[in-house]
This record gives sequence, structure tokens and C-alpha cells, in this order.
Amino acid sequence: MSDTGIGKSVKRREDLRFITGRGRYTDDVNRPNQVYAVFLRSPYPRARIVSIDASGADEVAGVIGVFTGKDLSADKIGDLPCGWMVKSKDGSDMKIAPHPPLAVEVVNYVGEPYGIVVAESLAAARDGAEVVATEFEELTPTVSVANATAGAQLHTNVPDNVCYLWELGDADATNAAFAAAAHVTKLTFSNNRLIPNAMEPRAAVASFDAATEEFTLVTTSQNPHLERLILSAFVQLAPEHKLRVIAPDVGGGFGSKIFVYAEETAVAWAARRVGRPVKWTADRSESFLADAHGRDHLTTAELALDGDGLFQGLRVRTRANLGAYLSTFASSVPTYLYGTLLAGQYRTPAIHVEVEGVYTNTAPVDAYRGAGRPEATYVVERLVETAARELKVDPAALRRRNFIAPDQFPYQTPVALEYDTGNYEASLAAALEKSDYANFAARKAASEQRGKRRGIGFSCYIEACGLAPSQLAIQLGAGVGLYESGEVRVNPTGNVTVFTGSHSHGQGHETTFAQVVSDKLGIPFENVEVVHGDTGRVEFGLGTYGSRSIAVGGSALVKATDKIIAKGKRIAAHMMDTNADSVDFSDGEFAARDSNQKLTFGEVAFAAYVPSNYPSSEEPGLSEKAFYDPKNFTFPAGTHIAEVEIDPETGVVDVVNFVAVDDFGRVINPMIVEGQVHGGIAQGIGQALLEHGIYDDGGQLITGSYMDYCMPRADDLPSFDVDMTVTPCTHNPLGVKGCGEAGAIGAPAAIMNAVTDALGVVDLPMPATPERVWRAARG
Amino acid sequence: MKVSLTVNGRRHDVDVAPNTLLVDVLRGRLGLTGTHVGCDTSQCGACTVHLDGRSVKSCTVLAAQVDGAAVTTIEGIGSPDALHPMQAAFRDCHALQCGFCTPGMIMSAIDLVQNVENLDERKVREGLEGNLCRCTGYHNIVKAVLNAAESM
Repeated sequence: MSDTGIGKSVKRREDLRFITGRGRYTDDVNRPNQVYAVFLRSPYPRARIVSIDASGADEVAGVIGVFTGKDLSADKIGDLPCGWMVKSKDGSDMKIAPHPPLAVEVVNYVGEPYGIVVAESLAAARDGAEVVATEFEELTPTVSVANATAGAQLHTNVPDNVCYLWELGDADATNAAFAAAAHVTKLTFSNNRLIPNAMEPRAAVASFDAATEEFTLVTTSQNPHLERLILSAFVQLAPEHKLRVIAPDVGGGFGSKIFVYAEETAVAWAARRVGRPVKWTADRSESFLADAHGRDHLTTAELALDGDGLFQGLRVRTRANLGAYLSTFASSVPTYLYGTLLAGQYRTPAIHVEVEGVYTNTAPVDAYRGAGRPEATYVVERLVETAARELKVDPAALRRRNFIAPDQFPYQTPVALEYDTGNYEASLAAALEKSDYANFAARKAASEQRGKRRGIGFSCYIEACGLAPSQLAIQLGAGVGLYESGEVRVNPTGNVTVFTGSHSHGQGHETTFAQVVSDKLGIPFENVEVVHGDTGRVEFGLGTYGSRSIAVGGSALVKATDKIIAKGKRIAAHMMDTNADSVDFSDGEFAARDSNQKLTFGEVAFAAYVPSNYPSSEEPGLSEKAFYDPKNFTFPAGTHIAEVEIDPETGVVDVVNFVAVDDFGRVINPMIVEGQVHGGIAQGIGQALLEHGIYDDGGQLITGSYMDYCMPRADDLPSFDVDMTVTPCTHNPLGVKGCGEAGAIGAPAAIMNAVTDALGVVDLPMPATPERVWRAARG
Repeated sequence: MKVSLTVNGRRHDVDVAPNTLLVDVLRGRLGLTGTHVGCDTSQCGACTVHLDGRSVKSCTVLAAQVDGAAVTTIEGIGSPDALHPMQAAFRDCHALQCGFCTPGMIMSAIDLVQNVENLDERKVREGLEGNLCRCTGYHNIVKAVLNAAESM
């Protein structure tokens, strides 16, 4: 086996450009003759736009034009759509609020764009925006999720601000389980609103070629083809074949760059309007105000147990804040990505969940790393830990008693999913060992001697990755398929260009996908180039989100590679005067079984493009495409154990140990996978201890900068102890599951279970800030 | 106003408005786009460069302040064929993912190694407190800095 093949920690090839300053992010792109855009944004959470007087801006030197929502409407630019139609429990469609890219009559959150100023320089655009005089008539806002249904109505077509009331599971069976329960554990808590904060702010550079009527939009997207599809089919900016979307190096996404936003839409429109390339880059304040936020649930959850501590029923009532408008996938996150995960790793036979999705005068809320699954894990794992404490049972033992056993797979849960495989006991056992759980009591006693309080917390999470299959998802309301495309193009000299519809914005696909293809073809890793992020070069793709890239995008490449090998065998058979069934392919060589003849991969590739000794039934060339539509989700799972020490004098929580043992199925590049886990854990600890997107009662975002929103910094975090167990996925060719979100899913519950253990309290809201912890410690 | 500065060993004379930031000269005038802008409150550190040998956030320095000074950016410390030990350590330890914070992180880390004695994990974490990374959880960055400290 080569040292660059599947399973090897190959150093990333993309690193050389990033560590030398040669990365090329959207803001690094400049077009000849370009102009600059600045957005007019609402200072109010809810207001009617009475008038916009741009005459002052027109007098600022360098200002080319001020455009508003009315200008876009006049050009028949359509609304920003939501891509998932969720139905309420009564069968009615969710209520979709109109969402023009630039607000026309009413603004509904602070920071909502309602105009765009285009100028020769960024400074001129800013100066122009300063002097646009907009008269607003303030309206009463509805800000808090708790009061959403009783507050002022945002949208005329949405009574009580309820977008949908969705349910999943068997309500009668669940109620019966509670009626017969020996013990019920009940918790009410919020899942705090988060602001994604990819380090690269969103940006767009759009140009329009009047001769060909083609747009080129360079933008910070996790899924450029989806962006093109939506801008064409729904927004009606341009026909799909006249629109090229390029997502070059993208500086992190975490979900926030999946969505099609107002800004890139308006920038592209403006490029045609002013006849020059237009560039916009968000400043961080804009990112805080206008990137889609994450989480923001209020939940009451109950777990019914019988006399043996076996889980009998789970009842969950959640109100999910969707913000002022439905962002691209907002409706699916607190429903199909949340309710379906509530079985966790357990055999709970009856589950019922009801989710009320509500509009408020806050920024739209959509997928953020984990997207629904961290919220589900938090519900299940906080309940289970609390039940163990109430019953005075060891929390590991209670979990073990209820785990789905390895011989019970495939396992049909009561909330729609069928888990293909797993071994929850194995990851729990490994995590207990690594965390030295056996000696926790001694460590706790030692902490107490020093006046500190020590706690330990578990989180046995499950996630569903590689959302699938398309047909089922579309039946459930998805507006797009959930497959991925791949193309393996063998060049005449035998090196290979791989095109994938997945998009890398930190995940290292240029390395891992090259490992997969070079391993399968038995050719040097250096001979495989991976191309992604450009609708002009890659046929189609659905991009990267939900930890889907290797499971879905990687599988598409395996399919395409298999086609290459099959055609190669037919060509080689002709050249070696045998038939294709008698040709073996391994380690980059085609060998005739019935003779000692061999051909290298390069020789066959060359023959395909210089077809002299060549089968008449074959087309020349050696390039194959494939679409892979998964048969099922993949189900990564694992155990995270957090140990914290709290100083009751200051309320500071010190995470003294964090163990993660994850089962991602087969791993392509362990180094990269561990890095993904580290980053996810950091975001999970951030949610539990530091981060909170807060609007005040008046609807102003009061955590709108890095001075106010508490991002995890190097000195807030420990090093992590990460390990893996492996049960290969049963239904994709690589046996892979995906690893991008596990840390963010598992960590919050582990940390909060540890914090509440240390403090001896039932619950504490996230984030467990020093003030909250200090107050709780004082009792 | 006219400003003369040396960037990565080359002298540049630029004519700038008095309120022009150093980072805008580097990115906009000199095309050195390895230095990034990640915030507007001097908190994230993506724009960190060296000014006369010490790390500064170039979004907080006016171009007018650097007249006659020497600036080093990420492009000036090494190349793919001849990496600076800190660059090599970042790659070896997988201390970067999306790469956006990386140039600033490397420039801060070099300053840290050059100016703090007996580095350990705690000192590295405290020393990099002014540079935000959203991808790595800092785990591998800390490892890389400690590794580079051995070889620098």
C-alpha cells in the first residue's frame, strides 16, 4: 500500500498556497474597471420604508448610482426562495413570507438590506451611503422567540407568526408510555442562538459581458451550482447557461455560506445595471447582522423510564426561531434534521416531537455546523444524564442499558430513520478508558481540597450525514436532489483531472479526493488534480454541507473511477489480445490472466487518445462521469466525555479534559479527520460556555462584534484527546460516514452535563458564562 | 501624502490619503493579498504583519505611520520551495484548514517564538489570544508553534 493511499495521513497539498499567502479568496479577486458596492441596511427591527432620498449621494464624487428594492422589482428579480417545503401536522403547507433580496416596503430585522450604493471606490460608496436619507415609520417588533406567537404579526400572510407546526412520531404510543412510566425526567431549556463567524466574511465580485449576456459571479459559496440554480430558476437573474458561479478559496463556511443571500444577488444585478464589474466584501459587522444565524430553540422535553431504567418514551415540544424570513434551508433544520435524530443511540420505542417554527424580527436562522443534530443531541443527552442523576444510576450504565446493540442493526427508529450500523458500546468503552473515568472520584476530591468543583459529563451522540436519498427527501419537501456528481478525466499522458461537485472550504478535498482516486487507479498521488468550485468547469454539484462530501461526493468519484477501470480493461484486452473478463487491474496495471502480458495505466490511457491498436467498439478517450445518489444517510456516532473544574469564586469553567471517541466508518485521512473533530469540539465548547447571539428587547443585536460576541480563543480551550472506532458504513463504496460536524454535535451536552455535575444543579442555560456559573455556585 | 516603506525587502513609494490603513496599502496597492481582513475591530488578527520585526495588526496601523519602516508579510518569510520553519510546522501539524487566519497566525507565532522564552502550551495559547481561528480549535496550531520553536 502506498503512503498516499486511503487511510494515510497525507499532508495537505492545498497548504502550500495558504501558508505562503498565495491563497485566492473572493476579496483577492479584482476585475479591470471594477466598481464597489455598499449596502443600505435597516437600523430598525421592523419599520415601513416611507421614502428614500438618494439625491445627496448622487452629489458625492465617485457615486455611480443608488438602487433600491424597487429597481430590482422593476427588473423582475424574484424573491429569495426557501428550498424545503415543510408541512404542518394538519397537512397545510408552511407559510412562506415574501423575501425580496432588497426590502421594498417593510424591513424586518436590523441589518436587512434595502438598497445598494455603487461607486468608483469603496470610500465613495461608503460616503454615498452615509448621506442617503431614508425615512422610516417604526413598527412594533416581535423579538423574542418566547413571545413570538403573541407579538405583533410580521407578515400579512402569517397569522401568529407561525410558519408551521410540524410533528413526527406516534403521539398516542408516546402518551401511553408516559402513562405507564415508573419515572419521568423533564427539562425545559433553550438552545442558544449562535452566529457562525467563518473567518472570511462573505464577498462577491460580479461581472456581466454585454456581448455574450453572460454573468460571472465569484462568491463565497459552499455550493456554487446550487447558487446558480437558485439565481436562475427562482430569482430569475439570468438563464442557467448564461451564469457562471465561481467559489474560489473560501475561508470557512460552517453552513453560513450554503445559502443564497441578498447581497450577491444584488451585486450581480448591479453589474449588469451599471455595465461594470461590481465588488462587495462584508465587513465583520455586516456578517454579524446579516449572515444567517444558527440554533435558537426553546424546548420542553420529557423522558419516560420503566422500573428497570429502560427508556419507554420521549416527548419533545420545541419552538424554533426562523428569524424574519426563511433562509435557503431554514425550514428543514429544526424539523427533518432535528426530530429524526431524537432516538439518539437508544432503543426508546415511542417518540413524539412537535416543532413550531416561528418568525421574529431577527436575522434569518438556518443551518450552522450540525444543523438540528446538535439541538437533538442536547435534548437527548441532557435528559439521559439528568435521569441517571435522579435515579442515582451511573450515567454510563444507564446509557449502556438502553443502547441499540451491535446485533440489532439495521435498526428502525420510531422517528423515520433506519440506522445501518454502529457499535455504541465500543466508543463508550474507549472513551471511559481514555478519560480515566474509574478515578474521577479521586480527582473530584482533590479539586475540592483546592476549593474547586469538578464535574464530568457524557454525550453519546448520533448524527445523520449525507442527507438522502433524493426521492425520499423530495417527497418530504426538499426542492433539490441530494446526489453528487463526479468526473474522472484521464489525460492522454496518464495523469488525471478530477472534477467534483463537492466544495472544499477548509476540509481538504484536494488531498483526500486525490488519495481516493490515486489509490483506486494505482497511480501516484501527485498525478491527480482535484477541481471544484466552478460551474464553468464542473458539470453539476450540490456542494458541501451536512458532512456529505466524502460519503456522497467521494462515492461519485469511486463510481466514475470504476467506469474508467472497466473501459481500461476493454481497451487493454484488445491490446493484449484477450477479452475484458480475463483482465485484472491492480496497482495501476492491467494484466492478462491468460498470458504474462501487462500494460500500465499510462499505456492504456495513451492508447485511448492515440487509438491505433484499439477496439472498434470503443469511443476514443478515457473520461467518465457519475452521479451518486445515496441509498440512506450515514450515521456517525460516538461518545464525548468532558471534565471541568470550576472556580466558585470567579465562576470560570476550566475544561480540564475533553475526550472524543468517534465512529466515522472508514477514514480516508486520519490527520484531516482529527482536525475536523478538533474544530467541531471548539465550536461546541463555544456554544456551551462562550457564544450567544443576543437581541435586546428593542430588536438591536447587542453581540454584533468580536468585542461583544465571545468567540473561542486559544486560551479558552484545552488540547483535545481524540480517538476513533470503526464500523464501516454498509451502503456506500468507501464505507465512510462523514466527520465534519461531530464535534459541534457532541460537545455542548458533554460540557453542560459536566458543568451541572460540578455545580450539583439540574440545569443551567447555555452559555454557562462565569456570571451564571458564579450565581449557581452560590446556590 | 507620500509614504516610503520597505515591504519584504523592496522599497515602495506610495501616495495615499492620510486615513489609509497599512493593510489597504499591502492588499490594494501592492497586491500582497496574503494578508487578510477578518474583522473591523482589530480583534481577529488575520491582518498581522511584522513592522520593523514586531507583529502588528495592519488594520490598526495607518500607512502614514510606517514611512521609512520595514514591513514583512506572509509572502516575505518563505516560499513553497524554502518554507520558513513556522510555515513548515503549520503544514506538518495540520495547523490550518480554510487558511484564512493562517497568514496572520503564522506572523504572530513567529513573533511569539522570537520574543517569549521557554514557551509551553499555556504561553502559546495566551500569546495567540489575539488571533481567531474558527476551523482548527487551535489544537494543532499550538502543536505547530511548539514544534517550530524547537527548530527556529
